Amino acid sequence: MATAAKIGIGSAINRVDGVEKVTGTARYAAEHPVENLLYGYIVEAAIAKGRIVSIDEEAARAVPGVIEVITHLNRPHVAWTDHSYQDELKIPGSPFRPLYDDRIQFSQQPIALVMAETFEAARYAASVVEVAYAAEAHNTDFEVAVGDKYVPKKKRSGYTAPKNRGDAAQAFADAPLKAAGDYRLAPEHHNPMEMFGSTVEWHGDGSITVWDKTQGSQGVHAYLASVFGFSKKKVRVLNPYVGGAFGSGLRPQHQVFLAVLAAKKLERSVRVTMIRNQMFSHAYRPQAIQSIALGAETTGKLTAIRNAATTSTSRYEDNMENVVTWGLMNYDCPNADAEYTVAQVDTATSADMRAPGAATGMTLFEMAIDEMAYEAKVDPLEFRLVNYSPIDAMNGTPYTSKALREAFREGAEAFGWSERSAEPRSMRDGKELVGWGCATGMWDAQFSKTSASAKLTANGHLEVACATSDIGTGSYTVMTLVAAETLGLPPEQITAKLGDSDLPTAPVEGGSWGAASTGAAVQLACQAVGKKLLKAAGEIAGAPLGDAKMDDVLFEDGCIVLKDTPTVRVPFGDAMHAADLTEIEEEETAAPGFGDMWKGLHKSKNTHSAIFAEVKVDEELGVVRVTRIVDAVAAGRIINPKTARSQILGGVVMGVGMALHEETFPDHRLGRWMNHNFGEYHVPVHADIHDIQVIFVDEPDPEVTPLGVKGLGEIGIVGTAAAIANAIFHATGKRVRSLPITIDKILD
Amino acid sequence: MNRFDYARPASVAEAVQAGAGEQVRYLAGGTNLIDLMKENVDRPMTVIDINRLPLDAIEELDGGGLRLGALVPNSNTAWDARVEQRYPLLSSAILAGASPQLRNAATNGGNLNQRTRCYYFYDVATPCNKREPGSGCGAIGGVNRIHAILGASDQCIATHPSDMCVALAVLDATVQVTGPDGDRAIPIADYHRLPGDEPWRDNTLKPGELVTGIDLPAEDFTQNYTYLKLRDRLSYAFALVSIAVVMRVEDGTIAEARVALGGVAHKPWRSTEAEKLLKGQQPSPQAFGAFADALLAGAVGQGENDFKILLARKGIIRALKQAAEATPQSQTDKRVA
Ligand SMILES: Cc1cc2nc3c(=O)[nH]c(=O)nc-3n(C[C@H](O)[C@H](O)[C@H](O)COP(=O)(O)OP(=O)(O)OC[C@H]3O[C@@H](n4cnc5c(N)ncnc54)[C@H](O)[C@@H]3O)c2cc1C
Ligand code: SF4
Repeated sequence: MATAAKIGIGSAINRVDGVEKVTGTARYAAEHPVENLLYGYIVEAAIAKGRIVSIDEEAARAVPGVIEVITHLNRPHVAWTDHSYQDELKIPGSPFRPLYDDRIQFSQQPIALVMAETFEAARYAASVVEVAYAAEAHNTDFEVAVGDKYVPKKKRSGYTAPKNRGDAAQAFADAPLKAAGDYRLAPEHHNPMEMFGSTVEWHGDGSITVWDKTQGSQGVHAYLASVFGFSKKKVRVLNPYVGGAFGSGLRPQHQVFLAVLAAKKLERSVRVTMIRNQMFSHAYRPQAIQSIALGAETTGKLTAIRNAATTSTSRYEDNMENVVTWGLMNYDCPNADAEYTVAQVDTATSADMRAPGAATGMTLFEMAIDEMAYEAKVDPLEFRLVNYSPIDAMNGTPYTSKALREAFREGAEAFGWSERSAEPRSMRDGKELVGWGCATGMWDAQFSKTSASAKLTANGHLEVACATSDIGTGSYTVMTLVAAETLGLPPEQITAKLGDSDLPTAPVEGGSWGAASTGAAVQLACQAVGKKLLKAAGEIAGAPLGDAKMDDVLFEDGCIVLKDTPTVRVPFGDAMHAADLTEIEEEETAAPGFGDMWKGLHKSKNTHSAIFAEVKVDEELGVVRVTRIVDAVAAGRIINPKTARSQILGGVVMGVGMALHEETFPDHRLGRWMNHNFGEYHVPVHADIHDIQVIFVDEPDPEVTPLGVKGLGEIGIVGTAAAIANAIFHATGKRVRSLPITIDKILD
Repeated sequence: MNRFDYARPASVAEAVQAGAGEQVRYLAGGTNLIDLMKENVDRPMTVIDINRLPLDAIEELDGGGLRLGALVPNSNTAWDARVEQRYPLLSSAILAGASPQLRNAATNGGNLNQRTRCYYFYDVATPCNKREPGSGCGAIGGVNRIHAILGASDQCIATHPSDMCVALAVLDATVQVTGPDGDRAIPIADYHRLPGDEPWRDNTLKPGELVTGIDLPAEDFTQNYTYLKLRDRLSYAFALVSIAVVMRVEDGTIAEARVALGGVAHKPWRSTEAEKLLKGQQPSPQAFGAFADALLAGAVGQGENDFKILLARKGIIRALKQAAEATPQSQTDKRVA
């Protein structure tokens, strides 16, 4: 019997939510129509530190359409303990409590909320709220703050302390070849397309529905219940579509707090949105300094790695990242030590931004590796192979898989690396110097406990559901493909539901664990439905499947099929009919350690990538063009090559931004970010992006996660900026150790 | 945005009459004015929408020049066949700016009158003499990577952000205005001004005056010209430094050269005195370098923008070379010619 090409795991299909997105019918948090809405606009602090002495609301209240000005003085009761404000990330410290009291902890801190009949009235009224401050001395200069760097006592969840080995100090001192320097990364703001917004529907019976821009509906749900004292049943949080977040939506942002606060006070439905400038009022990628010292033999064999980094955090929380571990894990070197510290500035707490820690620490480390390779006069790719570690060199554990060598080989071949001449400034194209650089990328392959449900109806329609989010990553499509694979149904007959706190439990979406974890949960739920189907088929007169067990059958084209005798097929409908079932619904939880995962229990789990970049630099003017990038990624099994490629493309483009453009400028006298708009905070535009080739290296890995999936959200950005920086050195002979590499740093 | 009165006159006379009041703004494409109003930087009491005025044509002038109507969109100007053929520099400069969407909405009159992009000017929580006279200049001693190296004052170091105006400066354009006191024509060199101790005044337009058009004299700079824009990304960013050049080369020597810089001062920066150095010279790095030094005489950095002096010098030399060799900078291929 001829069957249509089966669509399942590995099929390059379009995003199942693509049409809604491009036709504008996908509704984002601030777009849900709710009757009788009031609109809120956030008043932000003009100073970085101090106290509010007075707030004169008179002019604001006089603006036609203004209903209320909410401040710390007239807000409804909210929780006060730090514990109540803790979110899933559990950052040690005292979480920011909006409108709590008169204290100003950072510039652009929300200090009042103007509620009006229209957004425009609220916005204008907000501009006439007069605030008097008692300013206190502040410091936003990270370079100054580093003088007081420290190791936080309490560690953040997910933080891995570096492990030293050998005697790196001595080995570095003794090394015949050395490379050492301080490397820097400027502060960056996430700037997803969709700005933070929340719509709160006030039902009048003590319950609320909240559409929020967040990476985790259940995280926001728990936060709102805890902060406002709602019973959990009275709050429902929805985020069916999220216009990007890059980590800025991992923690509940203050607009959702303010929206619910206003709804409570006014007992009405409200919407609070941020404008682009206000997207600079909260999360940002920490500024970083990394001191790296490498020692090597004349052969290029590394003998010492010393890696010390400091990243910025606020005065009130210790945001930590895994910055220094990557280099220690990735390179075979007998002596290595590392130290990680944070330094406080008077800004909002820094936050996870795409590949937090690795995008900083691995990237800067890979810039140092390039310098070491040049010291040793070894080709930078060869250098990485000479010091290749098949095992996790920091923990001494094997990886569940590490196809980085293959990534290097395939990437180099696609790029044409063998044509490279080693000498800086030795390749050119007309007035432009040509540079080729490479780097390694690395990220964790993570898995988080996740539940999902699957519901099959007699008409052959399957609905799979999980409270996870799709922040543009393709979760809807992943769920659909896994369900299609497991139950042998075409995607058209499958609906994926997500982004709803009422759905089966999922963690906040981030860290690239979504596809692996949600996929595994959906697979389990679908398998459970399959089992029920098989049992139901037993009720069919004559029992066509005999006493077949799950291992004896497969699910194909909406039928249960005997593996041994594929002509024996029982349509799902027949089985359900025989058992008098109108639907089958199952919920399952995928927790770490099931399936083959136990074998990987004591192994390291990581994704890797080999990035090759070509730049062309105008010799006199320092204008840089990134003309080519090849990113060869080893990330286990690829569920959907199409959306997977998009993930990597997005990461690489963000890496170009990190290399050349992205930087938020603080005015240290005012303690305030100054280029807080899209005109002056530069991200790459079309003209900055040329040829990007993505290669997925074959890397079967049944131990890493149940589906063999490692995740792709972050790996695309890690190391990309290093490949570009290294290419700029190769082109120009100039080492720039601080990102972004803007024209002024190249010019001389 | 505050509440304001709104009028949409059909004739220039009505517009000018309406424009005579207090705190009046003319609204053209709105790509700058509306932003400023939303940010509460500009709070007009009356907005006069001039989009119905009959100023949307490009017309021939006696003697072979062109008049660009104030309301002609930047895109239409750049792609107009007469402009492309007779003033390719102007097309090039316009296309170097903003994005296609913005250029479609932006008008010639609006482009002339657009405000600075100084970060402080746009942020009402910070001091700025241009926005709030007497409040101080936030950029001096602050974040000033994009600020002026020439002609600044101790009151203001802002730059004029336009690309189009830099081309107009070397084309010796004339701005046609009308107002309560009648019509007048302002040479482009006198249109924008230096900040001095009145940084809130960007130009010499008097209150209520309306730009009706921009006149381009008949010139033949169709071979030896270029617009070179250096910026923080390859498109859709304001100039750190830009250089407009037109040149006449006769028998291998420079018969005439005009050069203006964008992104470096409160107005397009040009020195006819310095240009004399080029006259009669053969194109050479030395001649171009000497000219660059003369044009940049008196340039001072503010700290973060010190690099602009060197960037400008190198950019001038390259742009002169591009013009002399008749290899103008492409605005689509971002490789520097
Ligand atoms: C993100 C962004 C990037 C940009 N990048 C660039 C760039 O790279 N290069 C560049 O050159 N420009 C750039 N621009 C600026 C753009 O060119 C200007 O905003 C535009 O030219 C203004 O024209 P408009 O018709 O929209 O003016 P409006 O916004 O309508 O008006 C601007 C000002 O001019 C006044 N005005 C308008 N018409 C007249 C008239 N006829 N008489 C008297 N006064 C008048 C208005 O009252 C107002 O004060 C950018 C703008 C944005 C938003
Ligand atoms: S440079 Fe001019 S526009 Fe900028 S802050 Fe100073 S006075 Fe204001």
